[in-house]
Amino acid sequence: MKLSGDKLSCVRGGRTLFADLSFGVAAGQALLVMGPNGAGKTTLLRTIAGLLHPAAGRVFMEGGAPDETLSEQCHYVGHPNAIKTSLTVAENAAFWSRFLGNGGADQAALETFGLAALSDIPAGYLSAGQKRRLGLARLLLADRPLWLLDEPTSSLDQAGQETLTTAVNAHLTRGGMVVAATHMPLGFAKARELHLGRMAQAA
Amino acid sequence: MTAFWQLVARDLAIAWREGGAIGITLGFYLIVVAMLPLGLGPDLNLLSRIAPGVLWVALLLAALLSLGRLFETDYEDGSLEVLATGPLPLEAVAAAKSLAHWITTGVPLTVLAPVVGLLLNLPPEGYGVLVATMLAGTPAISFIGAIGAALTLRARRGGVLLALLMLPLFVPTLTFGISSVGAALLGTEAFAPSFMILVAISLASIVLAPLAAAAALRFQLQ
Amino acid sequence: MAMQTLTQRFANPTRFMALAARLLPWASALAAALIAVGLYMAFFTAPPDYQQGHTAKIMYVHVPAAWLSMFIYALIAASSFGLLVFRHPLADVSAKAAAPIGAVFTFLCLVTGSLWGKPMWGAFWAWDPRLTSVLILFFLYLGLIALRSSIEDEQLAGNLTAILAVVGIVILPIIRFSVDWNSIHQQPSVSRIGMPAIHPSILWPLLVMAVGMTVLFAALHLKAMRNEILRRRLKTLRMAEVQTASGLAQPAE
Repeated sequence: MKLSGDKLSCVRGGRTLFADLSFGVAAGQALLVMGPNGAGKTTLLRTIAGLLHPAAGRVFMEGGAPDETLSEQCHYVGHPNAIKTSLTVAENAAFWSRFLGNGGADQAALETFGLAALSDIPAGYLSAGQKRRLGLARLLLADRPLWLLDEPTSSLDQAGQETLTTAVNAHLTRGGMVVAATHMPLGFAKARELHLGRMAQAA
Repeated sequence: MTAFWQLVARDLAIAWREGGAIGITLGFYLIVVAMLPLGLGPDLNLLSRIAPGVLWVALLLAALLSLGRLFETDYEDGSLEVLATGPLPLEAVAAAKSLAHWITTGVPLTVLAPVVGLLLNLPPEGYGVLVATMLAGTPAISFIGAIGAALTLRARRGGVLLALLMLPLFVPTLTFGISSVGAALLGTEAFAPSFMILVAISLASIVLAPLAAAAALRFQLQ
Repeated sequence: MAMQTLTQRFANPTRFMALAARLLPWASALAAALIAVGLYMAFFTAPPDYQQGHTAKIMYVHVPAAWLSMFIYALIAASSFGLLVFRHPLADVSAKAAAPIGAVFTFLCLVTGSLWGKPMWGAFWAWDPRLTSVLILFFLYLGLIALRSSIEDEQLAGNLTAILAVVGIVILPIIRFSVDWNSIHQQPSVSRIGMPAIHPSILWPLLVMAVGMTVLFAALHLKAMRNEILRRRLKTLRMAEVQTASGLAQPAE
């Protein structure tokens, strides 16, 4: 399985953010998308996720499930955490587990991200870091081959970042792919870098 | 299909937890209807003649109150993006949320309507018909309203704009809802055709409105 | 769908601008001439109605205005369809330019209808079913204008307004049907604005006015579209200045 971007161009608000961008992410690899604010990192992730349409070029999955679109083979965790504040942590996880996946994975996901003890707390009471961890837990609930992460470590403390790195590396070991927009190196295994900005070039 | 009902159940759970919104909508309905006799004077004959119209118009206004937020919280906390990229087509997501809105707003208002009808001296033969027509017509309000909610998601002065956009689109439901009740009260044969057209409009909106709402949501998420 | 190249994207609007510039003087002159002739015929050669006298002559403005209010909405719906399905470069410009003009013709129809109805009804408004439908159409126009002006992002505003226009045109016949139903079943007597019988001496001024007002709309629409295209070009140039000044990526043209 391999994620491929072929001469991708994206235009937002009249500005061409990047043009003729080509890249590839093979199974077990991570791609770090780096660049200054406004360079198009989020736009690239959202284009891969299927929320945006590129102005030119295309992005596709080689060797994945033949009857599934790229959107169906990835999961995007953006800046907001998609948490319902009036539901408990467990209820949030259970909903996404049943909606996005096959259900039943919620307990394990909460444990991985250190939230099991907070299961019955309304999600609105969590700290920013805990909310971020709950948002990231969706990755385990959706269980897709390609993970798209937008500044995943924002609001996370050291322990939280380590938890994320462990989960990502486990995912990569299982043959998954990760594309992450970030300002700093995240400690993912086998990570290559893609720099956006005035010079858009593939690693 | 399971994902669809999961979403409906989630919206119902959130509405139940947050409780207050339903109360405000019902309270608004009561107050708006009560203002009429306060304004027009207690002429019971007059009130009973205008009761069907007032009860329906006030229902529309009360429903409009809660429609504005149909997609708003999901959009702001990022849930809408996840729902849009999930296994359920966006049209089904819009339909699920419209259905949940109907259950949490349309149905309670319909249940309250006959009680409020007492304030307007609605004739006895009108109560059953009122509930029947509102049950038949409120789905159209929730589903067509979802189109407006999707269009005004990020607009300035969204609430007022929503009312301006939606009221013309609600005219058919309003017309046939009121004319059904009116026909039943007069005992004419016009009740059956009016009522069936009302039902047809609701059914058509259940099928077609989510298409427009989803199209609007896709643009909003870009 | 791949973005058209720079030249392709501006070929259409540029050709349009040149075409419109050539057409406008002729269209304006033709409209003025037709309307002048039509009004002359209406006032001097057409007979007064045996019932309503000369007040019925307001229909020579009212009826074409009614036709135009519906025609313009259909045009907006067609433009919207062109935007949503074909991404035609001029579709959004056409829809945006037509909405205020359509609203004005609709308003004109309402005002002339109200003035026409006053001697008959004794009131300036009597919920005549046809006029009521036009009133709701007026609200639909206002909705289009209000929605577009409430959204900052112009491209998003165009797309969403297009959806509203298409939804509106689908529901419009149902609205018309429901208003007619209402007038039959709710009111004991149907008070319609009575059109005089169509006699050639009445038909010709009516047609001349209708064609004249349509050409007037065409001229106004072309002019408004040109203005909108110029405004968008100006905006693109201004944004280019901003981008160059801040050193960010070059704007897409």
